[in-house]
Amino acid sequence: MVNPVIQVQDLSKSFGDNSVLRRVSMNVAIGETVVIIGASGSGKTTFLRCLNRLEEPGAGTIRLDGNPVVNSGSEKQIADQRSQFGFVFQRFNLFPHFSALDNVAIGPEKVRGMSKSDARALAAAELKRVHMSDHAMKRPVQLSGGQQQRVAIARALAMKPRVMLFDEPTSALDPELVQEVLDVMKELANGGMTMVVVTHEMNFAREVADRVIYMENGRIAEEGPPEILFREPKSPGAQRFLRHLTHD
Amino acid sequence: MTIDWGIIFKSIPLLGHGVVVTLQVSALASVLGLMLGVVLGLCSLSHSRLLRWIVAGYVDFIRGTPLLIQIFLVFFALPALGVRFDEFWAGVVALSLNSAAFVAEVVRGGVGSIERGQSEAATAIGMRHRQILIYILLPQAYRQMVPPLTNELISLVKNSSLLSVISVYELTRAGQAIISVHFVPFEIYTLLALYYYVLIKVLSWLSGRLERRLPTW
Repeated sequence: MVNPVIQVQDLSKSFGDNSVLRRVSMNVAIGETVVIIGASGSGKTTFLRCLNRLEEPGAGTIRLDGNPVVNSGSEKQIADQRSQFGFVFQRFNLFPHFSALDNVAIGPEKVRGMSKSDARALAAAELKRVHMSDHAMKRPVQLSGGQQQRVAIARALAMKPRVMLFDEPTSALDPELVQEVLDVMKELANGGMTMVVVTHEMNFAREVADRVIYMENGRIAEEGPPEILFREPKSPGAQRFLRHLTHD
Repeated sequence: MTIDWGIIFKSIPLLGHGVVVTLQVSALASVLGLMLGVVLGLCSLSHSRLLRWIVAGYVDFIRGTPLLIQIFLVFFALPALGVRFDEFWAGVVALSLNSAAFVAEVVRGGVGSIERGQSEAATAIGMRHRQILIYILLPQAYRQMVPPLTNELISLVKNSSLLSVISVYELTRAGQAIISVHFVPFEIYTLLALYYYVLIKVLSWLSGRLERRLPTW
């Protein structure tokens, strides 16, 4: 693969006796959008959380732009490394005591050391990118779920990450709010952002993904371009999983 | 028995001076106790095991010993180590040190109750543990910390009466002075109870107003 941004080699992780990830290896190229699908418990979320060290991997290596992502060094080094990954959570996790603008500005200000006014100017630009400029001064509680998730995306983008990681970003949303979030993600992907997305939105995967990965029991069971994986899944697990989804 | 109304009317203004000192001691001790308590509480949430142990040991000591002994330690024992206060400041210090331990527990509990997703989201944008505590978790815990902190403040005001034993001329001491001259324990102790009751009623009312004014998210 040319220019892999992320290189994962033999990543394993267990919680107690429960092996959640078993020697997962994969690369992500610059500008690529990878969608990870699979039943709950297949390890997709844990995989994503290991990438930015929200979860400590048990074994294996992760490289970002060729440099190993490690958990040694000062707290500042680890934090800086982590901020290279933008992470979008299922439940948004916006800071309720800040306005939308300050939710986005706090990272650039406290982590990048920007002045408050510079951080806010950057935050305003990122909010514009997710079409939330009109709501900049609102608190999260005044926003719909879809709006909150778009602010959360802007918060991650404001750190100028190398890669965006999405952990089921639309699963906690009412159905009518899903599309506005997917549209923003699609714009990002089309704009050349490198993205790894865990989702059950098969239409999104079909339209936007360069590659789809099907995970099962902590392993990558199958991967390929969406038009192939969705039409002719080879593994029985993927066949079953996709049949269930399309029947829903 | 007959109630000596004359001494009661004479005592009401005399006790006023004691009220002022009680309020001064309590205000100083609660501010100092709050500041130290917040620092200790944050230390008890730090990643440093040593800091956590120190705070846990401190809280354990304060909880495990009577306040009266702590007051004596500050007033009589510290001077032997070269740290000397007059009785007023010894009282302030003893009450501050005492309440700081309880405030630390309130802070630890309040911050610890904030949903895990909040610190994860802050971690994900690269914030460090200390920044997360100060900018993300602590502000969200303010509101729920108000009721237990009010309880702590009320205890502190009531506990300040113990400072009478080291001759701080606060409300209780002022009352005792009147009793020792006129021998009217029934009237004066009843009056003291009333004074403390009113002080604490006012504090609870203020705290209720503060709690309503703090935002819910």
